[in-house]
Parts: sequence; C-alpha cells; structure tokens
Amino acid sequence: MRKQRTRQIADYGLLTALALVLSYLESLVPAFFAVPGMKLGLTNVVVLIALYRMGWKQALAVNFVRILLVSMTFGNAFSLFYAMAGGMLSGIVMILLKKTEKFSMLGVSVAGGVFHNVGQILVAMLLLETWQIVSYLLVLWVSGIAAGAVIGIISYETLKRLPAPLGHS
Amino acid sequence: MKASIRKNDILLIAGLLVVAGVLALVLTLSRRDGRMVVIRYGSEVRGQYALSETLIVPIENGQGGENILHIEKGVVWMEEANCPDKLCVQQGKIKYAGESIICLPNAVVVEISGNDELALDGVTN
Repeated sequence: MRKQRTRQIADYGLLTALALVLSYLESLVPAFFAVPGMKLGLTNVVVLIALYRMGWKQALAVNFVRILLVSMTFGNAFSLFYAMAGGMLSGIVMILLKKTEKFSMLGVSVAGGVFHNVGQILVAMLLLETWQIVSYLLVLWVSGIAAGAVIGIISYETLKRLPAPLGHS
Repeated sequence: MKASIRKNDILLIAGLLVVAGVLALVLTLSRRDGRMVVIRYGSEVRGQYALSETLIVPIENGQGGENILHIEKGVVWMEEANCPDKLCVQQGKIKYAGESIICLPNAVVVEISGNDELALDGVTN
C-alpha cells in the first residue's frame, strides 16, 4: 500500500515534469502559426496518458498543476486565465467523453483540442469585453480539430509503447 | 487497449466540421461593411479614420514599435512593421466590420468598426 503511494507520487511528478518540458519546447516556436492561440498542445499528450493510465482525478490534478506551473514560469496573470479556462474546459470534456466509452483516444483528444480553444475564446471575450474575436473561433475551432487529431495519434502510439501501468489504475 | 480509431470518432470529427461550416456561414452572412478604422495601443485609442479615406498612417507605440498602416478605398492593410514576426503584414487586407489586424509584439490593434463614430464596445477604460 505504502509502496503504491510512493509510486503514485513519483508518477505525478514525472508527468508534471514532462508536461513542463513539452510546454517549454512549444514556447520556443511562438510565431509558428499565424493566429494567436493556435498551437499543437503537446502537453495534452501527458494529460491524455494520465487520463488513460491513471484515471480522471489524476489527469485533472496533473492538468491543474502543469497549467499553474507553466503560467508562473513562462506567462503572466493573463495567460494563467487563458490557460486555466482552456485547459480545464478541455480536461473536463475529455473526461466526460472517455466516460461514455463510445470514443477512442482520437475522438477524446479532438474534442479536447476544440474545447481548449473554445475556453480561451470565452475568456478573451470576457477580458477584452468584445464580441469581435468570435471570428477567431472559426479558425481556432478547425485548428483545434487538427491539433487534437495529431495529439490523439501521438498519445495512442505513446501509450501503446509504455511498458508497465503507471501508478494504480 | 481499444483500436486507435472507431466509427464514433469519425462521426464526432464530422460533426465538429459541420459546426465549423455553420459558423463560417453565420460569420459570412452577418458581416457588415466597415465604416471606421480604429487604431488602439492596448486599450488606449490612438486614432480613428474613415475607411473611405486614402491615407498612410505611421503608428509609433512610443517604445520603439513602428508600424505603417495603409487605408485605401475601404480596405486596410499593414504595409510595414518593425516587429520580428511580421504577422500583421502577412495578414493582408481587411474591410469588414469586426475584422482586425493585431501586431502583438508592438501591442498595436487596428480594428474596423461598423459605426461612423467610435462606439464604446471593445474599449475598456
């Protein structure tokens, strides 16, 4: 029992560290895409793996901690709002979709990608007090589908190759 | 471990694409011709011009950021910028109300408004 708990703590740390590194890598190519907010979302690989290997509570926890850490390290208070809204909405949607057991990792990831961007647009609307950014939603909606699909495939291939189950599941 | 792709995934993606199509349609149908060009630096309005004018507007943000905006026959584009990524220049021409060109590094926002006078929407003081 005690061993399992230690194992679990180590897994949390490992996944959070991995998410941080991936966030950093992604921040190195900020102007890669033409629209602000458009990105691949590599850290979602970590959240998906936590979700499938450990469970929804663990995935939510890893997601929350990595958003907090990434925003404090690379961002500011505003980016924390955006990241929290996007990350948490996407996380919750993915958990609910997985619970239905009707979709594979691909579908779950695609929905996560789309709702990540929806969350960010909603916060941008509130913070900037403007409706005009709705026009970005279209671009970010489609790019969310594409990014989610890529991330879903990467996560599936990664999970397949992971040897032992992480933590208890 | 389940298969990497299932029928429901395809349905989900197709459904999301349909929503995108509807969104595109709504955005296209609801767009209005622009009337004014509003230049903002952060939340501060730096200038506004009628879209019908023909003008070259230099924009300096006071911190080394310089952009040159072109307004001609109802169309607006960023001619030059000294920012590193030049996304605002690459963004090309805009003409409809609600469209904007944003130069993030220089914190310059160029918006087209559908009103003749500057409305207070989108501007927080």
